Amino acid sequence: MAALLSAENPRLAPRATGTHLPMSQSPDRNVEAQVIAAILAGNTRLFHDLIRPYERTVFSMAMAFLRNPEDAEDVTQETFLKALRNLHAYRAEARFSTWLVSIALNEARSCLRRHRAVESLDASDETDSIVPELLRDWREVPSEVLERLEVRKLLRDAVTELPLIYREVFLLREFEELTISESAQALNISPASVKVRLHRARIMLQRRLAPQLRPLAPKRRRFPW
Amino acid sequence: MIDCKHVWDHLSDFLDDALSSETRKLVQKHLEHCEVCSAILDSTRNILILTADERVFQLPLGYSERLHARLEDEIRSYRH
Repeated sequence: MAALLSAENPRLAPRATGTHLPMSQSPDRNVEAQVIAAILAGNTRLFHDLIRPYERTVFSMAMAFLRNPEDAEDVTQETFLKALRNLHAYRAEARFSTWLVSIALNEARSCLRRHRAVESLDASDETDSIVPELLRDWREVPSEVLERLEVRKLLRDAVTELPLIYREVFLLREFEELTISESAQALNISPASVKVRLHRARIMLQRRLAPQLRPLAPKRRRFPW
Repeated sequence: MIDCKHVWDHLSDFLDDALSSETRKLVQKHLEHCEVCSAILDSTRNILILTADERVFQLPLGYSERLHARLEDEIRSYRH
């Protein structure tokens, strides 16, 4: 079993801390299933390796939910502890990552309820069209701009200030890369609602961020002739 | 032909490649001659890539060590 998790097996090799691994690129399901079986059979320490690929995304999701690193870290720890304690109840029909995200979502929601009861219903599931920021042209803003702290804050604030019902869907789709139906399952809403909320979340971000990010695009080169 | 407002309604599904082939063709045709809708689509795509970047939400120092130490405590408690 150790070989399954060793660096010789790149499908589930322990990754360096902080490596981003979207849920859609999560380890091979068969390998993961074998590791889970081994943990349940008593090789409990393998749990460390099982969850390593998900450390970053679960924290990012909790952070975007709760807007506070201490709460996010508590929620992340509770999520993984609950996953360990309830691993026997995991059914392989769902991806392990989807199951994990459902636990994280419940933990984050409980934490929100404890801290700020106000935020629970901060937007209705509106169906009116939402108008994006109108632009005549867009020059690609390269990811190098993220080296700047103020740009990271700009993006962080835009995501964390989305109304909760839009933020949830956005995080599941863009951070955890769950499918529409997996997101619907995790949130206990219909796939159609996931699509509507996702659309609104994306347009809200475009409206807010396009004017702020636009000046960061590289200038067009001016030729002397 | 569809107008700009209809294209905006389809933007998210267009990005997810979740439109029917007929609607997708209509949107694509509109984008070919509408610089406003093209810029909206490009900016949205660009913004989604930037917001999902791992640098936006950085892990606190020592996060992973604390997490695994807590898990290890739990695992050890099973053996006693």
